[in-house]
Amino acid sequence: MSAPILSVRDLVTHFFTRAGVLKAVDGVSFDLQTGEILGVVGESGSGKSVTGYSLLGLVDPPGRIVSGSIKLAGQELVGLPQSELRELRGRRLAMVFQDPMTTLNPVLSIGTQIKLAIDAHERVSGKAARARAMDVLTRVGIPDAGSRLDAYPHQFSGGMRQRVAIAVALLNRPDVIVADEPTTALDVSIQAQILAEVKMIVRDLGTALIWISHDLAVVSAIASRVLVMYAGRVVEHGPTAAVLRAPRHPYTQGLLNSLPARAAPGEELAQIPGQPPSLAALPVGCAFSPRCPRADAVCKEAPSMTAVGLRGWRCHHPLEGHA
Amino acid sequence: MSDAFVTVNAISRRFEQRVSLGDRIAAALGSDVEMRAVRAVDGVSLQVARGEVLGLVGESGCGKSTLGRMIAGILPPTAGTVAIGGEPVMSKGPHPRKRTTRVQMIFQDPYASLDPRMRIGDTVAEGPIAHRLVTKAEAPAYVAGWLRRVGLDPDVAQRYPHQFSGGQRQRIAIARALAMQPDVVVCDEPVASLDVSIQAQVLNLFLKLRRELRLTMVFISHHLGVVRHVSDRVAVMYLGRIVEVGPAETVYANPQHPYTKALLASVPQLVLQDDVVAVFKPIQGELPSPLSPPPGCHFHLRCEFAEARCRAQVPAMRRVGERHESACHLLREA
Repeated sequence: MSAPILSVRDLVTHFFTRAGVLKAVDGVSFDLQTGEILGVVGESGSGKSVTGYSLLGLVDPPGRIVSGSIKLAGQELVGLPQSELRELRGRRLAMVFQDPMTTLNPVLSIGTQIKLAIDAHERVSGKAARARAMDVLTRVGIPDAGSRLDAYPHQFSGGMRQRVAIAVALLNRPDVIVADEPTTALDVSIQAQILAEVKMIVRDLGTALIWISHDLAVVSAIASRVLVMYAGRVVEHGPTAAVLRAPRHPYTQGLLNSLPARAAPGEELAQIPGQPPSLAALPVGCAFSPRCPRADAVCKEAPSMTAVGLRGWRCHHPLEGHA
Repeated sequence: MSDAFVTVNAISRRFEQRVSLGDRIAAALGSDVEMRAVRAVDGVSLQVARGEVLGLVGESGCGKSTLGRMIAGILPPTAGTVAIGGEPVMSKGPHPRKRTTRVQMIFQDPYASLDPRMRIGDTVAEGPIAHRLVTKAEAPAYVAGWLRRVGLDPDVAQRYPHQFSGGQRQRIAIARALAMQPDVVVCDEPVASLDVSIQAQVLNLFLKLRRELRLTMVFISHHLGVVRHVSDRVAVMYLGRIVEVGPAETVYANPQHPYTKALLASVPQLVLQDDVVAVFKPIQGELPSPLSPPPGCHFHLRCEFAEARCRAQVPAMRRVGERHESACHLLREA
């Protein structure tokens, strides 16, 4: 395999609040290849969004990256001054947020916002900027892109706004796009359209994409590889289909079994008991152990990542993994 | 159906845009002022049998929540009636009011639907005391019983909503609704704001309570998988109208209306084979504005089979199978 475009090692991001230190991201490592779509799944509080924000240097106080390394094409990003990060953001790293209602500026036309995003990184004529804007808007499936440039965000539907946000992220052909729950706020029919378009764009442009979602089915439809996060750590990773077909970590198994599609209608779902732990007071050892049916005394010690082939899991008592 | 328990008869709800004084004067003087109104629900008829769970699915803006609120009696319809066991839910007259406690509602957001300044015990006891189901003295024991039933420790009665997680709050909201001893419960996206593992816990609770209390439920959700799991029958809504209704199994396995087919095809499925590319057949276009819905069949703009009559005539509900109905010109009566 060629050198990864993005390489994250032992990333630790904590929030230093009055209530204590919240260990939002607690030692996350992964590599991302050019043109790859990596899914990150987990429930709220698992640290999946904070991981994404950390990559772009967007963690605000009281949070901060405590340790670890993020390398973009070999360049270390952790510790880089804000001015240099700002130069990278939008050009080599871009982000798409969950809520398309709040990410666009309501008082600027779409064309103006796109022009500003281009101007931030290079000098181009108004005409060239317009041409580039039209190109990306067409690419994300916005019909009649030319006339839509003068429209304001409120004149777009939710799905169209999210397309605009994706178009803005694509503007400068970044190496990596981080998309945080980009289709969660959208209806299924619009989500299906966007998933199909994004897959095509990634294939055409060779951009690497990190797709953060709580929805296993969406991730399985778009990502070739997946990280499953729980309480700030990656508990399992590997090729998406293999992980979902035969999970090794009991948490992944529990998530899958919680899906209504997994049980006959009207039958009881196999639920995970309890609830995710507070990040300020994580259980000793494996954070999942208080909810885990396989846990025993050994789990009081934090398990390390076991790597076999393309897959890895962090568990003392992994499942057999037969499909 | 002869065994109808909840009867929704040709119910409609319009929301009118507030018209300025100037426009009203202009209209009174005979000027052509556009009076804009959203027909959130447009002539919907439904029956729910006793003990049945009816799932109501559709995308945002299709009117499913508005319909649910009218069935629950917290929003008066502009036209049509809702009755439970033959008894109308709303009183008549210019200012209709809910006149039964036989139907209760559970809302989507347990952060917004519980009063943050009331103790859990008081929240659950308020309705039963006001409607004299229990006396003030009996209330604590009564509340404790319901809290236990929804899987909470009765001691939580002394606490406030902010001390609970989303899943626990939804349990409290369920206890509050059920403490009114309703026959019918309308649930509006009750698990949409919950994480997958918590969602499974709450769905299991619904299934358990439904069995124990033989509840009749209207279960509203945009999540087709969740609706499939809990419902006996499913109604699919599009832009204020029901386009298909039938037994859940039949509608999911053998959808008839082009919209239902397209909607089901849009739902991402778990892909478990390597190298299998998930294929989507997304519905073209977007939901038209409910301010100016297209004439005829509301779906015709996005329907690949639409023909001339679809643009002109509103299709009527027709029987397409055993207890299975759909409103599409292109379907033949079974």
